[in-house]
Amino acid sequence: MKDAMSDGPLLELKQVEKRFDLDQGFLETIKMRNGKVIREKRSVHAVNNVSLKVDRGEALCVVGESGCGKSTVARLIAGLLKPNAGEIHYDGTRIDNQSRRSMIPLRKKMQMIFQNPYASLNSRMNIQQALEEPVRYHNPGFSRGEVRDKVAEVMRSVGVDPSWSARYPHEFSGGQRQRIAIARALTVDPEFIIADEPISALDVSIQAQVLNLMLEAKDQRGLTYLFITHDLSVVQHFGTRVAVLYLGSVCELADTATLFENPKHPYTRALLSAVPQLKDDRPNHIRLRGEIPTPINLPQGCPFQSRCAYANDRCLAEQPRPVQQPDGSMVACHAVEEDRMVD
Amino acid sequence: MSLLSVRDLTVKFAMRDNTVTALDNISFDLAKGERLGIVGESGAGKSITGFALMNLLSRPGFIDNGKILFEGEDIANMSDAQMRGIRGNRMAMIFQDPMVTLNPVLTIGQQMVETLMAHRKLSKAEAEQIAVVKLREVYIPSPEERLAQYPHELSGGMRQRIIIAMALLLDPELIIADEPTTALDVTIQADIMELLLELCQSNKVGLILITHDLGVVSQMTERTLVMYAGKIIEAGRTREIINDPQHPYTQGLINALPQQTKPGMRLKQIPGNMPSLTAIPAGCPFSPRCEYVRDHCRTTRPEPVQYAHVEVACHEVNRLHRENSEEQSA
Amino acid sequence: MSMTTNAAEASRWSRIWDSNMAYSFRRNPVAVVSLAIFAFITVMSLLAPLIAPFDPYDPAQIDIMNSEYPPVWVDGSDPQFMFGTDDQGRDLWSTILYGTRLSLLIGLCAVALQAFLGISIGLIAGYVGGRLDSLLMRMADIQLSFSTLMVAIIFLAVTQAMFGSETFNQYAVYFLIAVIGVAEWPQYARTVRATVLAEKKKEYVDSARVLGFGPLRIMVRHILPNSLSPIFVISTVQVANAIISEASLSFLGLGMPPSQPSLGSLISSGFDYIFSGSWWITAIPGVVLVVLVLVINLLGDWMRDVLNPKLYKG
Ligand SMILES: Nc1ncnc2c1ncn2[C@@H]1O[C@H](COP(=O)(O)OP(=O)(O)OP(=O)(O)O)[C@@H](O)[C@H]1O
Ligand SMILES: Nc1ncnc2c1ncn2[C@@H]1O[C@H](COP(=O)(O)OP(=O)(O)OP(=O)(O)O)[C@@H](O)[C@H]1O
Ligand code: SF4
Ligand code: SF4
Ligand SMILES: [Mg+2]
Ligand SMILES: [Mg+2]
Repeated sequence: MKDAMSDGPLLELKQVEKRFDLDQGFLETIKMRNGKVIREKRSVHAVNNVSLKVDRGEALCVVGESGCGKSTVARLIAGLLKPNAGEIHYDGTRIDNQSRRSMIPLRKKMQMIFQNPYASLNSRMNIQQALEEPVRYHNPGFSRGEVRDKVAEVMRSVGVDPSWSARYPHEFSGGQRQRIAIARALTVDPEFIIADEPISALDVSIQAQVLNLMLEAKDQRGLTYLFITHDLSVVQHFGTRVAVLYLGSVCELADTATLFENPKHPYTRALLSAVPQLKDDRPNHIRLRGEIPTPINLPQGCPFQSRCAYANDRCLAEQPRPVQQPDGSMVACHAVEEDRMVD
Repeated sequence: MSLLSVRDLTVKFAMRDNTVTALDNISFDLAKGERLGIVGESGAGKSITGFALMNLLSRPGFIDNGKILFEGEDIANMSDAQMRGIRGNRMAMIFQDPMVTLNPVLTIGQQMVETLMAHRKLSKAEAEQIAVVKLREVYIPSPEERLAQYPHELSGGMRQRIIIAMALLLDPELIIADEPTTALDVTIQADIMELLLELCQSNKVGLILITHDLGVVSQMTERTLVMYAGKIIEAGRTREIINDPQHPYTQGLINALPQQTKPGMRLKQIPGNMPSLTAIPAGCPFSPRCEYVRDHCRTTRPEPVQYAHVEVACHEVNRLHRENSEEQSA
Repeated sequence: MSMTTNAAEASRWSRIWDSNMAYSFRRNPVAVVSLAIFAFITVMSLLAPLIAPFDPYDPAQIDIMNSEYPPVWVDGSDPQFMFGTDDQGRDLWSTILYGTRLSLLIGLCAVALQAFLGISIGLIAGYVGGRLDSLLMRMADIQLSFSTLMVAIIFLAVTQAMFGSETFNQYAVYFLIAVIGVAEWPQYARTVRATVLAEKKKEYVDSARVLGFGPLRIMVRHILPNSLSPIFVISTVQVANAIISEASLSFLGLGMPPSQPSLGSLISSGFDYIFSGSWWITAIPGVVLVVLVLVINLLGDWMRDVLNPKLYKG
């Protein structure tokens, strides 16, 4: 039974949806329009109908522009938010409808690393306390010595100097703090790590240090990653598969190599062409024109229609479904489906 | 004569019980219509340079020494009143956060007209006309209507374009852009950069582009300064710096990029961190992180020397170059 | 072993000495003088039993014949009584020492009670949110819409009538602490709730939730320590307010009885003799009260400036 489960994906999102209500109180829902008083509830459609699978040992990268719902997906998986519709399964167990207590054993398996190293550590706890707390909490039977050993082991493996123990987070640089945050997540021996833009706030030379650390941890501990970023060069380096998100929908999902060699969705193509290259002077950057819609008033049909050069009437009316391509990638676009994109 | 000529610029901050040096003897030139990139990691002193060039440093920061010659006039010693004639008029600045520049309670039109009328003798109608022309230049759709809108009604990319239009309003000779697109998405960043490049080229405007993104510098600028701990450690033509960096720090910076390593392999990292201003090492500021360090690096400061088309401040360039070429031939 | 702890201790002290707060304190003469005066008053009043030449609670040491001696620098004084005596012949200096001790005790205990109630309620309201938050905050609004003094006067008058003066006087300290403590909790609750709402959005809270920690642990171990700055600031103001409230209630005859005077009841008891020329019975405790409240408020102002990053102009 257990073995059969382990063969399936480690994590699976099934048609997950998340809305945030903008008007919460009754009074906020009352508005004037054209001289008439109406009642209207607006909400942000942050994640719409997202289905994803993460297999053991892979590093799935999620890319997309600001506000497209990347962090919301991460927070849904981590259980910090509850989806409005859809299901999230971890290792064969549904996790989105469980209570905090029944999730505790799972917490040891799934950890999260955050973007802002200046806010993700409690500034009133020194490094030793911050690292010991999760060990104690999840291993109530541990003696003081065992707790110390565990912390020392993790510190060694991520290069946190033991002399840092008695110091407080404000005494460290961003990269060092991110290292400590990673150490804290690793103290409970997780198998799956959700990393929400863990290196975006760091300098280039420090980004390399942290990425190396995460790669090492992956090899040594057999970790699986869901890695969120907006930096495509990091995706190419780190990811085994990529999901491209636009306005809360997955528009392309493919192996990293396939995606970079042969991007299919018009948005993916524009995205790849926009990355500033180091060597050649003028890339043929695809200019996107048109308004960027807000997730408050989602357009009917394809979310990308307002900026897409291939949009036609069908795109305005009907939302494209993800369709499997011959090379294995999933693309949600009518033009690709109808094969009317000129290369 | 060059448009801007900076000589031995030193900026200090008055701290609790002493002063710290944020910019240490910076010198560079900018020709008319030239585009210069300033790169470096956080805390290198890029923004301080920008502020100093606009004479916008405020307490506790001050210019301790040096000249900033803008068309032959020394900005460093100008009064506020004199500066007002230059700032925004002949020299404009674009910041990372558009909301710093835009006043949230005034419409776009009001702000543009106000700026124009402050510097030029124009009627309101004439000023509005110029504003519309400038907005059209930055590809703002239906510019007449935008004049009546408030900054918060526009998207981030649109706001940054309006900032560019405002910077260009008085036809300046120099634009200083401090990370103008860091807060924006790649697709929008590419648009804005292309626009800025186009406008600088067609209007012959000088550009100082401050960024930490080597890719952006490589596409936008002709010459580059690499800064580290308040010093210029390498300067030269952008192509040459990117393709054949001489300073160990610049090399490390470029080699650390994920593009430079095969996917999944260990990245080449630079150990350690940028020093804080209070603890800048004696001698070469990069010495604690440098793999080529020799004893004299820790005691004597390397002065910039001309080497293979670029200016480098490193004692060991010769040796480094020899070793690298041996490595390549081996 | 002890060497290392000593070194650690020393480094902790030098760290505190080097911290920004200590630095700005040293640079601010008003704060230094205020703290010195506050410490002086506190130490004197705590040492009252040792310093005071008389025990004002001991009827055997009081002689009505000694009443209304002026302070020593006025004609007709008795060198035994430095600040003179009150209408009952008690040594004013001793009575002030004991009275200050009582006032401080009531003020601090009342604020401790306020803080306990307010912080717990504010934490829960801010962290749990939703209906519970609305309910608790409406309760706070209602409580605040009655002035503290009004609530206290009604409550104390009713208890006094219920238990009779004798019993009331015996337990007056507890009644005062309870009523001042309960009446002012919303001040804390509101401040704490606002801070918690801001802190709750920070990533370290998410990180604690992802680690599976329960709400109690997150509130007490993580959010509370990060919300301490505003709590410190309002605590100073609240201590000053509580001392004033106690003094006002005692002045109105609803507080400490004349046999066990606090600063307020001393001022009150002297008030009747002000026009007969015995100004010192009111004036000297009055000055002590004003100075005490003033230095606490000055310390609070300084603390607010230091701890509020928005006011910090770099
Ligand atoms: N708690 C919330 N309440 C209301 N709206 C929210 C909330 N959290 C997120 N949103 C909205 O949901 C959308 C998706 O947000 P999300 O943070 O997931 O984006 P993101 O892809 O992570 O963006 P970024 O790259 O800027 O981090 C945004 O429009 C955002 O404004
Ligand atoms: N008001 C100030 N007081 C003291 N030090 C300051 C002040 N402003 C800036 N600094 C210091 O000056 C140094 C250079 O700062 P600057 O803002 O120029 O860095 P930067 O290169 O622009 O970095 P970033 O990429 O983070 O914008 C930093 O070490 C910073 O801490
Ligand atoms: S479905 Fe239509 S609008 Fe959407 S990306 Fe494809 S072609 Fe463009
Ligand atoms: S001077 Fe020395 S330490 Fe500095 S960069 Fe050159 S080799 Fe390295
Ligand atoms: Mg995000
Ligand atoms: Mg900067």
